Amino acid sequence: MITLDHVSKTFESKGRTVRAVDDVSLTIGAGQLHVLIGPSGSGKTTTMRMINRLETPTAGRITVDGRDVLAMDVVELRRSIGYVIQQGGLLPHLTVAENVAMVPRLLGWQRHRRRERAEELLGLVGLPAGQFADRYPRELSGGQQQRVGVARALAADPPIVLMDEPFGAVDPITRKQLQRELRRVQAAVNKTIVFVTHDIGEAFLLGDQIALMADGRLVQNGTPADLLRRPATPFVTAFTGEDRGLRALEYTTLAEVADAAGSVPATDGDTLPGELSILEAGRELARRGETGVDGFWVSDRGGRKTGYLSYRRFAAMLGEALGPAGATAGEADGDALPA
Amino acid sequence: MRFLRENPDEVLLRFGEHVQLVAVTVALGILIGVPLGILVTKVRWLQRPVLLATGVLYTVPSLALFAVLIPYTGIGRGTAVVALVVYSLLVIVRNTVAGIEGVAPLTLDAARGMGMTGGQRLRLVELPLALPVILAGVRLATVATIGTATIAAAIGAGGLGRIIFDGMDRLDSDRIAAGAVPAAALALLADWSLGRLGRAFWHGGESASGGE
Ligand SMILES: Nc1ncnc2c1ncn2[C@@H]1O[C@H](COP(=O)(O)OP(=O)(O)O)[C@@H](O)[C@H]1O
Ligand SMILES: [Mg+2]
Repeated sequence: MITLDHVSKTFESKGRTVRAVDDVSLTIGAGQLHVLIGPSGSGKTTTMRMINRLETPTAGRITVDGRDVLAMDVVELRRSIGYVIQQGGLLPHLTVAENVAMVPRLLGWQRHRRRERAEELLGLVGLPAGQFADRYPRELSGGQQQRVGVARALAADPPIVLMDEPFGAVDPITRKQLQRELRRVQAAVNKTIVFVTHDIGEAFLLGDQIALMADGRLVQNGTPADLLRRPATPFVTAFTGEDRGLRALEYTTLAEVADAAGSVPATDGDTLPGELSILEAGRELARRGETGVDGFWVSDRGGRKTGYLSYRRFAAMLGEALGPAGATAGEADGDALPA
Repeated sequence: MRFLRENPDEVLLRFGEHVQLVAVTVALGILIGVPLGILVTKVRWLQRPVLLATGVLYTVPSLALFAVLIPYTGIGRGTAVVALVVYSLLVIVRNTVAGIEGVAPLTLDAARGMGMTGGQRLRLVELPLALPVILAGVRLATVATIGTATIAAAIGAGGLGRIIFDGMDRLDSDRIAAGAVPAAALALLADWSLGRLGRAFWHGGESASGGE
């Protein structure tokens, strides 16, 4: 777990004082992919770089697993935190495998063990070692370089990975692919990931939690559904976009909106997994057809029925999101939902 | 070519002396210039004075520099080497600085973020990436030294310059050519081989500046 406690950072540049980060408090849970999003210059990068001490806070405190980062050995701290930057930041004079194995090398691993680890990670990020391990970065496409960057960050198996717009410099199709792959990789390795982006679609796709920043301040922090359904300020509404009603359906899960199972009489009816989004559930129900019951059950990962959702409420949610009032769908019934 | 035909041993001897003079000069130039270049990229306030000093020394005519040194180091090889090293410093220091400072900030940032210490950054990132630029400096310094070293014969340092000066004394153009042609050939050979060596360490156009 990472905590930022009233953290500020000011830069002096050319006689001007820039308040890059302004009193940000944030908790980043273990195993979460926490997105920092905001317009350019809003302080995302600076916030992230204070975690591995590439910047030093002007005020406030940052802890990793309860330990103040300023009290830790800076080299050790950084070796325990993976770091991925835009365009990969690969070392151009080293091969792909040597790049991936760099932190293990700094940590003193034996050569053959480093090589093994590099090959394993290249496989994980979809670059067959036999084909890529001994190439140089310049021989790789932008997307492939980014994958190597991710593999390198994971090489020493750090509990935390920081990623600063890692997919910012690749074409949209490759970006989509990398995003999907990151989700797959994250499901496999389950790291605490701090992910900086200015792409709202990317934030919603990847984030378990999203922290929205503007002018160095934290505007809102919450789940994607929180930001869509309960925007803290008009800025959040504006930033999350025109199609936020539809997005809300995409990023709100059944588990979040279902009534608690105990509050309704047990009936037959379909059971849908709670992690489905409302949009996915709509598609699934349409495929299954009529059941004669007035709603459906929502189950947890273990298959237990934990919630119930009536078709009437389900349809209302769909209708509100898609209708002309869609932009405020969340607010209209936000309080009524036990999410 | 009459002189060369009649005195192959003399030409060979002077050629050997010349190569030795150049080799010692360039070796010392690297040994002093590269660390000095590294130092001034880390201790920034030293950079301007050091580059200025090497630049000023570079502009002193070689005969004048010999004259200044002779009271301290006497006549002979020692003085010649000191002077030639002083000339080689400018380009070696300057290229070392340019090579290290040419490493892309992004690459250095990644290196810091990975948890490299300052020494590891220098050894694993900055020097390898600066190497082609440093080698280009060494190449220039070598070629220039091969030329300047002929003048060092004037203070008794031997080398191909001896044959050239003798030729000038006797107004013997054949003798002059017997010294000058091997010197030129040596310069071309050094230029070509060091150029090849430099390319072997080149990691693509973008990587010279650290990669973007
Ligand atoms: N090293 C620095 N020196 C001076 N100003 C900086 C420095 N780094 C960032 N800033 C300024 O701080 C603000 C926040 O920057 P940054 O954290 O990079 O924002 P973001 O990543 O959200 O685009 C910007 O106004 C930027 O110009
Ligand atoms: Mg940024």
